Amino acid sequence: MNRAPPASGRTSPPAPVAPVDAIVLGASASGVEALFVILAVLPASFVLPMVAVVHIPRDRPSLLVEVLGARARLAVREAEDKEMLLPGLTIAPPDYHVLLDVDCGRRHLAGAPDVRLALSHDALVSYCRPSIDVLFQSAAEVLGPRVAGVVLTGANADGALGLRAIKASGGLCAVQSPAEAPARTMPEAAIASAQPQLVAPLHDLIQWILALDAHRAGYTESTAFYDR
Amino acid sequence: MSASNGQCSESVFDLELTLLLEAIFQRYHYDFRDYAKSSLRRRLRQAMERLGTASLSVLQDRVLHDAHALPILLDYLTIQVSDMFRDPTHFLALRRDVLPILATYPSLKIWIAGCSTGEEFYSMAILLEEEGLLDRAIIYATDVNEEALRKAEAGVYALNRVAGFSENYVAAGGQGSLSDWYTAAYNGVVFDRRLRRNVVFSDHSLATDGDFTETHLVLCRNVLIYFDRELQDRAIALFVQSLVPRGFLALGAKENLRISSHAAAFDPFDRHERIYRKQS
Repeated sequence: MNRAPPASGRTSPPAPVAPVDAIVLGASASGVEALFVILAVLPASFVLPMVAVVHIPRDRPSLLVEVLGARARLAVREAEDKEMLLPGLTIAPPDYHVLLDVDCGRRHLAGAPDVRLALSHDALVSYCRPSIDVLFQSAAEVLGPRVAGVVLTGANADGALGLRAIKASGGLCAVQSPAEAPARTMPEAAIASAQPQLVAPLHDLIQWILALDAHRAGYTESTAFYDR
Repeated sequence: MSASNGQCSESVFDLELTLLLEAIFQRYHYDFRDYAKSSLRRRLRQAMERLGTASLSVLQDRVLHDAHALPILLDYLTIQVSDMFRDPTHFLALRRDVLPILATYPSLKIWIAGCSTGEEFYSMAILLEEEGLLDRAIIYATDVNEEALRKAEAGVYALNRVAGFSENYVAAGGQGSLSDWYTAAYNGVVFDRRLRRNVVFSDHSLATDGDFTETHLVLCRNVLIYFDRELQDRAIALFVQSLVPRGFLALGAKENLRISSHAAAFDPFDRHERIYRKQS
């Protein structure tokens, strides 16, 4: 899958693909362009729900949904409290943390788990609200190994602890190559903290994301989807 | 978090969490059992770090046997940090669109549910005073955290927060300067006691207590997001009972009634600012 060795100088082993229920993404600074690139490629048939935290100003409405939605074939929406996590890209609103939660009572029923979004107005984390760490830690907490975390370009260290939490729970972790990222601080911090399974340029991250979705689609059609 | 089997160890954490909340309820009658788990997990991990307990079970032991541990834990579970005139456009909408309607009533009752350390109360009181309505208003400012209520009643805020408050005040259509309403004291500011002349600060839980009767406006912002859906419904049912016909409910910027079973009792008044009006 990797066309070129990661620019960090290390060669990642082939990126692992496993059944996941969601992909969580984090970016700051120029992350909007990175999301643009990802959304431009993902087909309308892409079913894996994605939740993104992008660092945006806290004191004004965000235009991210309009801007990103205009280019995407997937649904793009802002996170609403207690709503079901749906296919497409869900974006954290300005000035609120977004967390994931699951309805425990339904964990063992067949089919996809009942994952919901929860907003919080708790204190800033790493000077950020929304914070990537908060989203990722909650995802690790409720989805365990069944989540993939992706840290993209960014100018601070938010996301590093969250990605480590996902790794520690057995989830999949990927980081954009620092050499390719317009701002390398966030990828570098995440790599050092989480030792992700995949460090790669955006193009390869997208191939991996597509592979995760294909894997899930195949797995969903088989019998034991959510057996744990 | 365990590396090998995250699910399993997380389930133990959630089990401990459920037991802890049950213990707090039975021992102290604070009911957090229907608070949203996602935020509880995060806050309880912070409390564990602060109190130096290795697990929630150990934290439970501390809370049940050490009288000093409970208030510390309550701060993690209940304290909401807000700013004065947070989301200034919301307060601008209250000033421009809601207060003129409320002004037609001979007397007013306003309920600030979950007032925490008082920032929204002072915002509301200044708004009412500037619009000439404070003298005929009674404000109920309620919270589950008594320590927060004491701070609300004192009306003292750190100096470094005041610049932000002032900016918000202007953006919310403030008619003078916020400094008209406070005096500097003890490395902080203290708000004018006259703003408190018609307020009742009261210990009240949306999870276990009843409503206040015949209110014209309920302000409950960034409180419901910490509740699970059942408790959200309970709280909204209280607001429905409490409000007069055509009374107003003002929620936080990202809260809505959409998934509430009481949504039909309200009409949207200002969709963007999340202000609703009870049907007649």
